[in-house]
Amino acid sequence: MGEVLALAGAILTVLAAIGVVRFPDALSRMHALTKASTVGLVLVAVGGALVLPTANDITSVVLAAVLYVATLPIAGAMMARATYFTEEAPNRLHTIDELAERRRADGSDRER
Amino acid sequence: MIAAAYIVLGLAGALFCWRVIAGPSLSDRVIGVDGAIVTGMSVIIVNAMDVGRGTFLPVAIVLALVSFISTSVIARFIEGAASDG
Repeated sequence: MGEVLALAGAILTVLAAIGVVRFPDALSRMHALTKASTVGLVLVAVGGALVLPTANDITSVVLAAVLYVATLPIAGAMMARATYFTEEAPNRLHTIDELAERRRADGSDRER
Repeated sequence: MIAAAYIVLGLAGALFCWRVIAGPSLSDRVIGVDGAIVTGMSVIIVNAMDVGRGTFLPVAIVLALVSFISTSVIARFIEGAASDG
């Protein structure tokens, strides 16, 4: 059971890698990486917690997964904001883009 | 089953390393390094399942913390470099 979960998590991680390689721009690649790799790591950690014998190992695995799940959204948001300010982000949906006002106000879209 | 997980994770690590080498911008390289760190954490946990002992499991915890700190610091660096011109 735990090994099946670990294999499922590994397959999700390689799906994230395929997304990172094949998607066209940096924000799309971040989208592929953050979601799929989070679920993949949690599946691997749950599989490890089911297989490993001692309580010390189980708490280590669970702590690694909890730390990753708690910190990745913050790091991803900071990284996406920095990427948005440095690169030309295409607005494919033609919706309101409030951060673009901020980018023009900062004048940070001049040549770099 | 464990061997298949090793092979699949090795493929994922190779793809992330290709993105680190080929990525056109600094953000793409940071994304690739992040993915490689996640793959390393998964490999450590799968290896602990393989050998039945969790000797290297604290390395996975440290990798999670280092991944967050490095990504946020590089994000601040990119944003500051963009606004400074």
